[in-house]
Parts: sequence; C-alpha cells; structure tokens
Amino acid sequence: MSRVNWRKIASLALVLLACAPCVLWAQDPAATPKVDSGATAWMLTSTTLVLLMIPGLAMFYGGLVQTKNVLGTMMHSFVAMGIIAVLWMVCGYSMSFGPNTLGGWCGWSWDYFLLRGIDEKILDSGIPEYVFAMFQGKFAIITPALLAGAIAERVRFRGYCIFIALWALLVYNPLCHWVWAKDGFLFKLGAAGAIDFAGGTVVHISSGVSGLVAALLLGARRGHPKLAVRPNNLVMTMIGAGLLWVGWFGFNAGSAISSGLDTARALTMTQVAAATGALTWVIVEALHRGKSSALGFASGVLAGLVAVTPAAGVVQPTGALILGACAAVICYLAIQVKEKLKYDDSLDAFGVHGVGGTVGALLLTFFIRDSWMVAAREAAKGSWTLLDQLSVQATAVGIAIAYAAIATTILVLLVDKVFGLRADASTEMAGLDYSIHGEQGYGMLNLS
Amino acid sequence: MKMITAIIRESQLDQVREALIAAEIERITVTRVSGHGQQQGENIYRGQKVVPNLIPKTRLDIAVNDEFVEITCNTIIEAARTNGSGSVGDGKIFISPLEECIRIRTGERGGRAI
Repeated sequence: MSRVNWRKIASLALVLLACAPCVLWAQDPAATPKVDSGATAWMLTSTTLVLLMIPGLAMFYGGLVQTKNVLGTMMHSFVAMGIIAVLWMVCGYSMSFGPNTLGGWCGWSWDYFLLRGIDEKILDSGIPEYVFAMFQGKFAIITPALLAGAIAERVRFRGYCIFIALWALLVYNPLCHWVWAKDGFLFKLGAAGAIDFAGGTVVHISSGVSGLVAALLLGARRGHPKLAVRPNNLVMTMIGAGLLWVGWFGFNAGSAISSGLDTARALTMTQVAAATGALTWVIVEALHRGKSSALGFASGVLAGLVAVTPAAGVVQPTGALILGACAAVICYLAIQVKEKLKYDDSLDAFGVHGVGGTVGALLLTFFIRDSWMVAAREAAKGSWTLLDQLSVQATAVGIAIAYAAIATTILVLLVDKVFGLRADASTEMAGLDYSIHGEQGYGMLNLS
Repeated sequence: MKMITAIIRESQLDQVREALIAAEIERITVTRVSGHGQQQGENIYRGQKVVPNLIPKTRLDIAVNDEFVEITCNTIIEAARTNGSGSVGDGKIFISPLEECIRIRTGERGGRAI
C-alpha cells in the first residue's frame, strides 16, 4: 500500500482556501423576503429530526452485526456526521444547489462556498437559507451512512472515511443537483420534472445501488455465507428503527420546505406507508416462515418509509397504503433472492433501500393526485399521461442507478488500491472494534 | 477423559475455532472471562492509555477422550499464538482429569458420550 504525505496535502488545501476569492454579499434589503416564522420553526424541527435519524441508523445497523463489530459499525454512521457535515459546509451545498457548472454535472456558486454568502439571505419560501442548507446537509450525511450497511463488518476505518468523502463529492452532490436544484436536468425532465419528493433516487437508490456495487467488489465477509452471523443486540436495532420512523417525519414532511398543506400531506403518507409496510412484512414472514420477527417488523417499517420517500408529495393515502404494502413484499423477495445468490450485502442496504427506493419511484406514478396531473398537463401545454410520467420516472431511476454504479465502481477500486478499504483477515477475525478502534462495545456480556 | 480449559485472546477466538473445526473437534463451550496474567493490558480511554485491572479473555472448555488431548492442545497453541513466535498474553491451557461424562438425551456414559 502506498504512503500518502498527509502534511503536504493538508498544507496545499490550506493554501487553496486562502487564495480563494472572498466574495462579499451586498443585498438589496427591499428584495429580501420576510422570515415566515411558522415555516422556519417547522424546518428547524425537521432538520433536527433528520439529524436524529443518523444515530438511529447507527443503532439499527449497530445492533445487527456481531458483538466484535458493534462500535466500528456505529462509527460508520457517526463519522459521516463529522466528515459530510464539514464537506457540505465547505463545498457540498455549493455543488448541489449552486447554478449549473461543468455542463450541468454539478452546481457551483462562490457564495455558497464555505457558506460565505448566505449570512443575510432569506429564501422565497420565508426560511433563512442557513436552515435550508442545514436541512439538505442532513440528507447528504445519511446517504453514505446507509450505504455502509452493505459493506459492514469488513472495511477499514481510514479507507471508509476517504471513500465516503469522495462518494459524497462525486456521487451524492451531482445527483442531488440533477434532481433537486432548480436547474438540474432531472428536475426539469418531462412536463413537471421527475418526481422525487424527499430522496427516493438521490438518497435510497444511490446508496442502495452503490452499497451493492461496493459489497460485490470488496467481496463477502470471512466465512460468508457458511458461518451464521447473529445480531448482537436486536433491542438496540428496534430502538434505532423507532428513531428512524420518527425522524422520517422530518425527512419527508420537511421536504415540502414549508409548513402547510404539503407538509400535512407528506406526513400522513409517511405514517400510512410505514405502518402498512411493517404489517405486510410480518404477515408475509408469518406465512412464509411461520413466525413474525421483530427484525421483520423493523425491516417492513423501513421498506414502507423508503418507498414513500419519493412519493410523499404526490400520492394520496390509498396510494401510500398500496406503496407500503408492495414495497414490503418486493423487499422481502429481494432478500430471499440475496440468500440464493449468496452475495454479501451485510445489512441489506440494497435489499431495502435500493429495491424499496426503485419500487417507490416507479409505482408512485399510478397514484399521483389529479391536481398534480392537471398542472403537469398545463405545463406540457397538451396531453400528459401516466405513461409519460412513468417513462420520466424510469429515466431518472435508470440514470441514478447507472451513475451510482459506475462512479462507485471507480471509487471503490481506487480507494482500496491507494488507501486500503477492505479489512484484512486478521482484522476481521479480531473484530473492527478491537483492531481498528482499540475498544469494546460491551463490558462483560456474552459473545455472539 | 480429560477436560481441556484454554484461556486465549479474544481476538484469536475465530481463528482457534476454525482450526479446531478443521481438526474435527467440534464440541466446545466458550465463555467470556477476565483476569490477570503476565500481560499488562492497555486500553485507550479518551486519548489516555490506561491499564485495566482485569484483562478480558476468552475461555474454551473442551472435554475430550485421551487420544484427542495432543491434537486439541496443538491446534489451540498454533491458532492462538500471535506475532509468529507468540507474545505475552497469548494465554494458557489447563488439562485436568475428567471423572465422568453423561449425554443427557440418551443417558450414555463415559467416552462414548463425549
């Protein structure tokens, strides 16, 4: 493995930062919209709720691995809160929500660089831009943390840190720009854009597919699938799933970037789909295996939530009900297929997020509320059918899958070669907690 | 019949278990224990190196018939040694006579029950 001179890289980065032109913002006070305190209060709450999902995810994933890897796995989520939050402040927000650059591959605005130019800025929706930037930043954090579930229990910490930093820059930020920025090409696709309310393509498909690609490239854990890996603490997993469900209200209902009718709709659909997903999963499990498991319930909650994520803004309660149920059945089948194919997606990041996100992004087409279709028809100045919208959705999903898969392949191979991403056999046997972090998750509890 | 009790490093458990299974010794009991040996353990707690009072170890209990004692011990020694030639803290093996062994399901006794 080659050595990299960190000191040189750090000093180079500092010099670059110092040389960057300092643009100060002078704004016409008359043009500044007033702060809508109701919307701002809800968006602040949503931001907090989405942040809460990340420790929730750490608990969910942490409980599912072997005792010796619990801290290492939880650190995958926690370290994302450090790395991605800093990157987001430095350049992530600019790459995602700045005006088109590099032919629309990503955005860029020097005002957003280091969040320098938004100190006074209030968005048209009446919320300070800081709130919007922080809200979106939480999505950037949770996406690579979701991905980590596919490669749990077998990656080195340093390699992982470098990988998620590069992944955020080269995969998440461009995708986020394409789908959510006003001038992103998927945002403008078709009559009224590809529908991705809160991140079906940006968050779930991108993390799920990238996770699958990384899992295939890095190879299975030692002994997989012969040695059974038992979850070390399902109680923690259940608490994590609960936090994710609660946090998802911020994730989806916050994505309306307002506090009003759209927020109420998104919140309702989220609740309906999560509950239906959970119920469907435990029923399917009971019919198939004879027992309904706690982990099954938690997985169903996630499948329902993931599927409703792109749809929460456009479907109605019956649609959310059907989406949740379909997502649970299809994700359940996807995990059975995984067992047959024997690839090692450790914690089913692809099985739940990749598959569930795709199901939601495509199926939502059939449950769009009429008013949305009417608006789309007006925008298209003529006819706009469900099939037209379905092809737009499929295009967005296809582009997200292809881009995430290709970019992740390059990144995994590069990081593994240069910095070492895959843990060696002895590290894996001794466990990530002891060999990488020098700690143990539990005191004197029994092994599993 | 002998009772073999091995105290090994936690980090070597997988390796020892796999080696034992490869040597067809598949009936073992594993517990997490802690204690003192020659080794001075070192943990990191908030950036400080600390020496804990008791070092966590893994204990294997294996009941074997006499002809399996050698192979069992050799397998454990080989798999539990670290850094090639071994280092302080790799553990110990205790062998004690085993008076009787009963398989609960059938009531069989002695060597056949092991």
